[in-house]
Formats: sequence, C-alpha cells, structure tokens
Amino acid sequence: MAGDGSYDTFPKLLLRNTAQFGARPAFQHKDLGIWQSWTWAEVAEIIRSYAAGLHRLGLRPGETIAVVGSNRPKLYWTMMAAQTLRAIPVPVYSDAVADELAFVLAHAEATLVAAQDQEQVDKVLSVSDRLPQLNRIIYDEPRGIDGYDHGRLIAIGDIINDGRAALAADPALGERIDESIRAGNGSDIAIILYTSGTTGAPKGVMLSARGCIDAATDTTRFDKLTDKDVVLAYLPLAWAGDHYVSYAQGLVAGFCMACPESSNTIEQDRHEIGPTFYLAPPRGYEAMLTRLMVRMEDAAPIKRRLFSYFLDVARRYGEQVLTGRPVPLSGRLLYALGRWLVYEPLKNVLGLSQVRVAYTGGEAIGPDLFAFYRAIGLNLKQLYGQTEAFLYVTCQPDGEIYPDTVGPPAPNVAIRIAESGEVQFRSPGMFLGYFKDQAKTAEAMTSDGYVRTGDAGFFDEKTGHLKIIDRAKDVGRLADGTMFAPKYLENKLKFYPNIKEAITFGDSREFVCAMLNIDPVAVANWAERNNVAYGSYQELAGHPLVYEMVAKDVAAVNRSLAGETVLAGAQIRRFLILHKELDADDGELTRTQKVRRRFIAERYASLVTALYNGAHDADISTEVTFEDGRKGTIAARVEIRDMQIIGPAESLGRAA
Amino acid sequence: MRAPNANEILLQVEGVALAFGGVKALRDVSFNVKKGEIRAIIGPNGAGKTSMLNVVNGFYHPNHGAITFKGSTRSKMQPFEAARGGIARTFQNVALFKGMSALDNIMAGRTLKVRRGLLWQLLRYGPALAEEIEHRRKVEEIIDFLEIETIRKVPVGRLPYGLQKRVELGRALAMEPDLLLLDEPMAGMNLEEKEDMSRFIIDVNNHYGTTIALIEHDMAVVMDLSDRVAVLDHGVKIADGTPDEVKRSQAVIDAYLGVAH
Repeated sequence: MAGDGSYDTFPKLLLRNTAQFGARPAFQHKDLGIWQSWTWAEVAEIIRSYAAGLHRLGLRPGETIAVVGSNRPKLYWTMMAAQTLRAIPVPVYSDAVADELAFVLAHAEATLVAAQDQEQVDKVLSVSDRLPQLNRIIYDEPRGIDGYDHGRLIAIGDIINDGRAALAADPALGERIDESIRAGNGSDIAIILYTSGTTGAPKGVMLSARGCIDAATDTTRFDKLTDKDVVLAYLPLAWAGDHYVSYAQGLVAGFCMACPESSNTIEQDRHEIGPTFYLAPPRGYEAMLTRLMVRMEDAAPIKRRLFSYFLDVARRYGEQVLTGRPVPLSGRLLYALGRWLVYEPLKNVLGLSQVRVAYTGGEAIGPDLFAFYRAIGLNLKQLYGQTEAFLYVTCQPDGEIYPDTVGPPAPNVAIRIAESGEVQFRSPGMFLGYFKDQAKTAEAMTSDGYVRTGDAGFFDEKTGHLKIIDRAKDVGRLADGTMFAPKYLENKLKFYPNIKEAITFGDSREFVCAMLNIDPVAVANWAERNNVAYGSYQELAGHPLVYEMVAKDVAAVNRSLAGETVLAGAQIRRFLILHKELDADDGELTRTQKVRRRFIAERYASLVTALYNGAHDADISTEVTFEDGRKGTIAARVEIRDMQIIGPAESLGRAA
Repeated sequence: MRAPNANEILLQVEGVALAFGGVKALRDVSFNVKKGEIRAIIGPNGAGKTSMLNVVNGFYHPNHGAITFKGSTRSKMQPFEAARGGIARTFQNVALFKGMSALDNIMAGRTLKVRRGLLWQLLRYGPALAEEIEHRRKVEEIIDFLEIETIRKVPVGRLPYGLQKRVELGRALAMEPDLLLLDEPMAGMNLEEKEDMSRFIIDVNNHYGTTIALIEHDMAVVMDLSDRVAVLDHGVKIADGTPDEVKRSQAVIDAYLGVAH
C-alpha cells in the first residue's frame, strides 16, 4: 500500500503520479465557459514553481499558511506547494465572518493567507491589525484588487511565475525544493483542519501525512477508486469531507479533481463532468430530490404517470437489483424498462449517471430519501466519521446496506462502545491532537489511545453494523435503566412526513412520552384530499382523524424500536399533538431550527405533568409572539393518546 | 483603469432642440461628456431624458443643434452609424431577444466586430471558426465579469427582470464601446438589485475604462455613482455640475419638489 512505502507525504505522491500517469488530467476547472484541464505533469511543474515562489516569499518548514476561498485549483495548489516546503496549510471556511476568520488565523499563527478573491482579501484586511504574525496576503482572482496596496498583496499567478524564473536562474533553489520533498516524512503535520465550532471556539485538528495517506489508501481500495475516476470538488475546502474525498483520495488514487465554475453552477457542472465518486450531506440529496419533484409536477401528464409507475417498480425491485439479489423475471424486465425510460434519464439530469459510489454523511438521512436514490440505481451508502478521524470511522460496504446503520468499521479501524454507551475508535487517519490545545486533546482521547467521538451508539445484533443514536451527553436513562436517546427517537418520528417536530421526554422517568408538531403542509394536503374541514392550525392539530393518523406513525416507530434490544424499552407510551407550531420567535427553536428541549419542558410544564399523571387531556395557555412583535395568548385543551407497547415477540424476525 | 486624460471631451452636445409637433421635448440643450467619466442626466418624468439619449444615439434627429463625438460633428446620424462609431446603449424597458439564451444575446452584441462574411459564418470553418472562438472568449469574459455564469444557457424571457437588465448591459459591453448609454439601468429594481447594478456600473468604468452616460430618476443612486450630473426639466437644462453642486441648486430642488405658484 502506498502509505507504508516510500510515498508517505503528499508531495511524494504528486511525483509518483507524475511518473505513473503524467499525461492524465489531475485538475479541471471551468473558466470562461470551458473546462480547462491540467495533467499531473503540468501540475507537478506548477507546484515546483509555486513552492519556489513561496520559499522566496519566506515560507519556512513548520509555518502555517491559511487558505480561504472556494474550490479553485490555485487554492488546492497552495496546499500542495506549502506541503512541498513542509509548511502546513490551514483551510478556512470561506463563509466565515471576519471575526471567526481572525480567530483561526491568529490561533494558527498563519504567516501567509491565500485568499480567493477581493471579498476574502477584504475580510482578511479588515482584521489584519489583530494578526501581527501575518506577512502577506496572496490572492487568486485579481478582479477589484487593482487599487489595493500591493506591498502586502501578491497574485498567486505572479508567485508561480516568479518561482519559475528563479528556478531557471538558480539550480540550487531547485535542489533545495527536491531536498525538502525528500526530507518530508509521514509524521509531518500535513494539514490542520479547524472544526466548525458549534460548541465553543473552533479547534485545530492536526493530521499527519502518513495518517491521511493511509486512511485514504484504505478507502480508495475499499471503493476500488483508480486514476480513471473523477470527483467534483465542490464541498467547503475546510471540511474534512472535501479534503478527504478530493485532495487526499485524489492524490492517492491519482484521479482528477474537477472544480466548479462557481458555487452557483454546481448543478450544471456536475452534469457536465459526470463525477464517478460523490459525497454530499443528506440535505444535498434532499435538495436534489425536491427540485426533481417540483419539476415533475410541471411535466406532462403522461410523463408524470410513467414516473410514478416506474418509481413504484423501483421501490419494489430496485434495492434487490442493485445488490444483486434474486428478482423475479417480470420484475427484472420491468426494472430494465424503467431504467431505460425513467431512472437513467433522471440520474442524467442530476448529473449522477457516472457515479459508481456515492456517500452521505454528517447526519442521519431519512430512510425514504435514502431508499429513493438506491431504488433508481444509485449506489448510495452511508458513512460515519468526524474530522478527528480524517472522516471515516465506519462506512457501508457494497451489498450490505441498511438505512438505519452506518455500517461496520472501515478497514483498519477499531471501534468499541464504552461503558457509558459512547463510541470510541482508533484509526489510521486519527488526529495527532488539537493545535496548541493539550487540555482539549487530553479530553478527546482515552488513556489507551482511543478517540472519544462524543456520540452514543451500539452495534446492531443482526448485522454487526454500528448504529449511532445521539450525542452522548443528551442520552439519558429511564427509571428502570433503559437507555433513552431523545434525538434518535425524534429523528425516527420526524422521518414521517406528517410529523414536523418531536420532543421526547423520558430521562429518569418511568416511560417515554412525546410532544409532536404536525407538518402543516403535509397534513393540510391530506385534509384536502380527504375532505376534512378545519379552520385553523389549532383545529387541524386537534382533529381526531389527524390523531388517528399520527398514532399510526407513532405505532410504527414503536414497532421498529421493539426490534432493537437496547432501545426496546424506550417505546413511546403516550403522546400529544401541540396546538401551536414551535417557533423561533417564541424561543422554542433556535434560529437554525433546532428544538430547545429544556425551554420547551418548562414552557409546557403542565402538559408534561399531564403526560405522566395519566390524564386524557390537559389545558394549556401560552403566550405567543406574532410576526410584528405583538404578543397574544393561545389557550387550548390538548388531547393525550395512549399507545400500545409492542413486545419483542411481536416484532419482526426476533423470537422472545 | 480610468483614462489618464480626464479632461478630453468625448461627446459634445451643442444647442440641441427637438420637437414632436407642438411638443417641445428638448430646448437648446448643451452639455458634454468627458472621456472616462460617469455622467448622469437626471430629471423628473417627462423632462426629456430619454429623448436626449435617443438624439445622441441617432435614433431621433434633432431640429437644431450639433453633436460632436470623438471629434466629428454631425446633426444627423443613423443608430447603426452611432453603434459603429462606438456608442452602445441599453433600454429603459429591456430590449433583448426573449427566446435566445443570455449567451446568444451577448454574442449578438459582437455583430459589428465580426469581420468574415455571412458565407464564412455559415460554413463555420477555418478563419471564421477561429474568429468565433475569439468572440466567444470576449463574451465569456463579460459573463464572468457580470457574474451571470449560471444563466448562460437560459432563454432570457425566463429570467427575472434584474438579470435581464444585466444581460442587456452585457450585450452593450460586448460592443467594446467608447461611450455607453444606460437608460434607467435601475428602473423597477429593488434595493439589492440597485446596489448590484451600481457596483457593476462602477466596475465597468474602472475595469474597462468605458465612458458612461446614464439616465436615472432615482436621485440617491445617481449622486453616489456619477462624477458629474446634468439636470433636465421640461426639455431645458436647469443645472450641471458635480453631485454636490447639483444637490444644492435651488432650481433642481424646485423641479423635484415642486414650487408654490
């Protein structure tokens, strides 16, 4: 494998790729409407010149260079050139506001910043008085920067040209670059990726060159990636996902990284490039599907009927066809016809025709969404990981796909479940520590060298795959000691289209109860189709038929919980439907639409009491804030439903 | 880059009068446009702004007066002559080919720059092909400049108004004009679109060094944007000078706010 041989740093891999497939494309970038292309040999020459130029600008081994902007070849090259000099690139989220940017640049002690364009340059300049160690700002796109003070600003193109000229004039400089590449070794810090910092200040995750390369080598093998593959490098540079998929795997496997024209043209660019490997968070797949459905609504009736008919066929046979399990001949024929008429054209529109392997990760994906893509023949799989692991901890192997697990440990990864239920792992790509933060590093590692993920999970008995249930600190216990993972339950509930929000209670209680919000769009649509009359959200939410329908969803959740030993005791015993939508204006949700559990428990204390004292309805009166800021009160009597608990004997596939 | 010689006069309008039957749209209007500046002509509705632009552009022929552009004086000129001479314009109510893509519309702006004949173009071979590639490159640079990559292939009829305006600006830029006439570039736009458009106008002026004459009745926008402002009211020029001078002029205040009679 590449990692344990002599190719233990990215610059060495670049040279290997140049020798092995020098004439094959390494980078593509759509510029002025045309896909420009650079071969590995060309890239190697550019990187050598660029590194020489950066050396002349004073970049020294061990120093850091920040990279801020979107996916553009020159920014990726900045990372390669920095690594060639054994300096450390630090990519920063391009949408970071100036303060966040200042924090990372100061913390990383960056002496150089590579900025994409005027916008990013302005941001850096606006905080430069807080960055005493910052020498120069280098930039990719010159537009609008003409009038700036050029004492501190240099275009990347000029640095490359300067380096090229210097190399031609001074052979010793070239010798020095070669020496620097030779001197590089696997224990060098290849990159520092700052975590987005949803909890507290961002932390700089230090990754070693060998770690990155070993991890990427394992997964390129796992998914059989070769130099014939193409990825669209469109995810944020600073996210481990992009650095892994595009940069590390690209260099290890020698495939081509295609950079989109701009962040707004990704759809078209994906269609034109036809990537063979694709990673997106669930909301990426969701957005694609929504756009597809909206366009389908406008299609001619015959197309709509074809679409819905063959989608049914796909749901019935798609998964089996994809994994190569036996399918009746009629199903096979229908599916083949559907592929020709519907599935392939669909994938073509989405730009996914060429995809051999697609991953989703970052958060839980809805089973329907997941099933849809698999049914139309996209090999979509789930992975679980984090920056500290250099992305992969688990990933689903071909043929062993279950929507509710994240798969078995990735190759060479060891996973264990701690006493507390927390998932801990050791992997080839695991981080060296947080930059300049011993205390946090110590917190994140166990004494025997495992990394704490902070997530609670367990191994599914049937499949041996890992299931992630919640952030460990949110997981509680029922009075009888059963594990209670609120977010896991809530996600299960929310996957039903009728349920928009769910809040579950159960920590230190006898049993689990849920407060639900119906989805006004889905339920109103249902009401219209079934001639259910109602005057307001409140009336709809309290409608007996709506309760009936939602009770079926809750029962389905209970059935699926009954199949999981660890969580069978955490079935939902009672639930109610709230009379108003949870709203950020009332402080019930955060501005990013996350439920504020504790606040809701206080605000609806009388309902929570009623859930646990056996009452069949409860009165509630709450203050609400209208959009114009005025306050009012809504009073309601809310019904509470009891649910049947399903024993393990009744659940599928398990005898008591 | 702004032209170094900012005092060179590009366009001189001298004593222009225009009447439609009994309606006197313009009465003895004189002003000039210096090379490299952003020049605004403002005024209340019906002040004669668009008429003035149409005269410069050769669309209307003035009854009196003379127009000197790049040193040559004429009183009558056809629009295509104006275009050939290096005057490009946009229209108050967007005049694009609705069924054609944004790209094709902007390519249409290159028409006057095409050297090979129709037959060559039809054959699309050899030198004609090379030429088309060159034109396409120029157009792509404009698309990049105006940040409309996403809508390159979209028929302009399907685009929102603000973007159509931008495509129209792109088409005018494709001519590589010496003088760019903008007829109410911000009309009907919301604040954000106006700010975008202002930025593009300034960028065009900075980057291409294009001299710009624009008509607008949104005072705030004009004052921020222009180097010099001429004010028309009922076909008469009532003020001319820097935005600050114009803002202080009593005649302008009266024209905009009205006076007690």
